[in-house]
Amino acid sequence: MDQYYLNLLFIGGSFLVYIGIAVWARAGSTSEFYTAGRGIHPVTNGMATAADWMSAASFISMAGLIAFSGYAASAYLMGWTGGYVLLALLLAPYLRKFGSFTVPEFIGDRYYSRMARLVAVLCLIVASLTYVIGQMTGVGVAFSRFLQVSNSTGLFIGAAVVFFYAVLGGMKGITYTQVAQYVVLVFAYTVPAIFISLQLTGNPIPGLGLFSTYEGSGEPLLTTLNQTLADLGFSSYTEQDTNPSAIINMTLFTLTLMIGTAGLPHVIIRFFTVPKVSDARLSAGWALVFIAIVYLTAPAVGAMARLNIMDTIWPNGTQNTEAAQIEELPVWFENWQTTGLLGIEDINGDGRLQYYNEAGGAPEGLGASELQGNELVEFNPDILVLANPEIAQLPGWVIALVAAGGMAAALSTAAGLLMAISSAVSHDLVKRSFKPDISESAELWWARGAMAVAVAVATWLGLNPPGFAAQTVALAFGIAAATIFPALVMGIFSRRINNVGAVSGMLTGLIFTVVYIFLHKGWFFIPGTESFPDTIEGSLFGIQSTAIGCIGAALNFIVAFVVSGRTADTPEDVKAMIENVRIPRGSGSAAAH
Amino acid sequence: MSDGTGRRPSDASGYWKANVRTILGCLVVWALVSFGFAILLRPLLSGISVGGTDLGFWFAQQGSILVFLVLIFFYAWRMNKLDRDYGVEEE
Repeated sequence: MDQYYLNLLFIGGSFLVYIGIAVWARAGSTSEFYTAGRGIHPVTNGMATAADWMSAASFISMAGLIAFSGYAASAYLMGWTGGYVLLALLLAPYLRKFGSFTVPEFIGDRYYSRMARLVAVLCLIVASLTYVIGQMTGVGVAFSRFLQVSNSTGLFIGAAVVFFYAVLGGMKGITYTQVAQYVVLVFAYTVPAIFISLQLTGNPIPGLGLFSTYEGSGEPLLTTLNQTLADLGFSSYTEQDTNPSAIINMTLFTLTLMIGTAGLPHVIIRFFTVPKVSDARLSAGWALVFIAIVYLTAPAVGAMARLNIMDTIWPNGTQNTEAAQIEELPVWFENWQTTGLLGIEDINGDGRLQYYNEAGGAPEGLGASELQGNELVEFNPDILVLANPEIAQLPGWVIALVAAGGMAAALSTAAGLLMAISSAVSHDLVKRSFKPDISESAELWWARGAMAVAVAVATWLGLNPPGFAAQTVALAFGIAAATIFPALVMGIFSRRINNVGAVSGMLTGLIFTVVYIFLHKGWFFIPGTESFPDTIEGSLFGIQSTAIGCIGAALNFIVAFVVSGRTADTPEDVKAMIENVRIPRGSGSAAAH
Repeated sequence: MSDGTGRRPSDASGYWKANVRTILGCLVVWALVSFGFAILLRPLLSGISVGGTDLGFWFAQQGSILVFLVLIFFYAWRMNKLDRDYGVEEE
C-alpha cells in the first residue's frame, strides 16, 4: 500500500477513536467537567497523566536533543521525571484532599486572598498559553509532512477534534481520549526503537541495548559512537564538561525542570480526578511508570540514530575512506530536504557527502577526497524521531504509526493545557472572583464557553506563532517553578505563611524570573533588546536563563517567610483547614466541596 | 470542613512528623541519585565502567528514573501503613 494511504489510515483511524470517545464521555455537571467526577482509577489516571505530560516536545524533540548533545541532555531526562517524586510526596495527596477544582482555587482559599488567587491565575495562563503554542504548531508540522496538506489546514483539523471532545466532555472526555492517545504514542515511540535496538545490538530492550555491544564493531555501542564522533571532529557523547560553572548550570537547570514539572497546573489537576488521597499517591507512581517507558527509551533512540546517520554517510568507516555518493543516499534524505529541515550542499563538487565538524578544521585521516567544508549543512534535530523509521529502513506501517503518535502527543497535551486555562477562567475568575452567585448550570456554560475561546486562541497562536515559541521551556518551567510550586508547598507544609507573605513571595519569584529571562532573551523575546548573552560565561549571574527558575523559587520561599513573620498570623480557621488537608481521612466530604 | 474522627491533637502531630521524616528520607535519595551520582559526584564514580561508559552516565540517562519510580511506590506503600497505624486512613 502507498505510504500516503497508510498514513491516512493510521491518523484518520486514531482521530475517529478520539471522536467516538468524545460522544460517549460527555460531561453533565461541573464536577464531571472539571474533575471527571473524581471517579478515575489511579492506573487509568496514570496513563492519562503520561499522555497529558508527554508533549510534542517530548515525543518529537527530546531524542534529537539527546542525539546531538549527549550527556548534557540528561538534564531533560532527570528533570522531566524527577518532578513526579515531588508531586507524589509534596503536592498531589494534599491537594486531592483539599478537593478543589483548580490550582488557583487552593492558593486563593489557603491564603484567604483574592489577590493570591488572581496572581495564581495570571501565572497559570502565561505558563500554559506559551506551552500550548508548541503543541499546535507540532500538529501542523506533522500533518503537512505526512498527509501533504498545508500547515494551517492540518492545524484546523487538529483544533476541530480537540474542540469536539474538550468542549463536550471537559476533563471527563479529555481523560479517556488521553488514555487512547497514550496507547498510540507509546507504541509509536517504542516499536521503531525496539527494531533499531535489535538491528544494532541484538537486544530488544532499547535502554539495555544502549549499554550493549554494537554488532557492527564488536565493541560497546557508546565506545563506537564516541570513537566515530572523535574521527569526525565532534565532541564526545558521554563525557561531562567538568568546568565548575557547567556543572552548576546543569544542576540548577535539572532542579528548575523538576520543580517546574511539579508546579505545572495541567499536570496537577489530573490528580484531582482520582477517588481517594491514597489513590493520588499511587497514581503519581503509575504516571511515572508510563512516562518512564518512553523516557528510558529516548536516550537509546538518540544515540542509535546518531550512529545510524554517521554510518549512512560514511558507509566504509571514517578512516581514509570515501563518503557516500549523494546519488545513492537513501530516499529519506530527499523526503526531508523538501521540508527544509535537512540540507545538503556538494561544496567540493565530488558527488559525495562529507559530514564532519568543520569548526576544528578538517579532521586528520578523514576522507580520501579533498575536504572543503561540512556538506550536511542543515540537520534539524526535530527530524530525528519522525524520520527514524526511514533511517533504519523499517516497514511503511511503522512510519504511519509514528505519524499518528506525534499527533497524539501534541493533541493530548494541548487538551490538558486548555482544560487548565478554561477552568481557571470559568471557576476562579467568573465563579470565585466576580460572579459568586451563578448557578451550577450557568457555570458549566461558562466553562464550555471558556474552553471554546481557549481553543480558538490556541489555534490563532498556532497559525501565527510568536517568535518566542521555542523559548517556552524557559518561560513555562521558570514561572511554574518560581511561583506556583513554592506557593503550594508552603501552603501545605507551613501554617505561618499568610496572605501577604504568599502574595509577596509569588510576585518576587515571578518578577525576578521573568525579568532575568527577558534580560537574556530580549524583552518579550524581541530580538536585539537583550542585555546579556544567554551563555554560561556571559550571563548576569553566570546562570543561563533556562536554569533561573529554581533561584526564583528560593527567593519566593525566603520573601514569603520574612514577610509572614512580620505581619498578622494566619487565622484559626485557615490553620484548621491546613490540619485537615494533612490527613487523608474525610476525603469523601471534601469531594462534595 | 470537619473530619469528624474525634482524634486527640497529639495523634495528628505524630502522624505528620512521621510523614515529614519519610518525605525527607525519600528526598535525600532523590537528590543523591540525580544531582549526586549523575552530575556532581560523577567524576568520583568514573572508575566504575558500565557498557562503554561510566556509572554516572548510566544514572543520568537510566538509573535515576528507575530510582524515582521505586521512591514513589515506596512512599505510597509506607504512607498507607502510617495512615492505618495512626487511624487516619480513608473510610
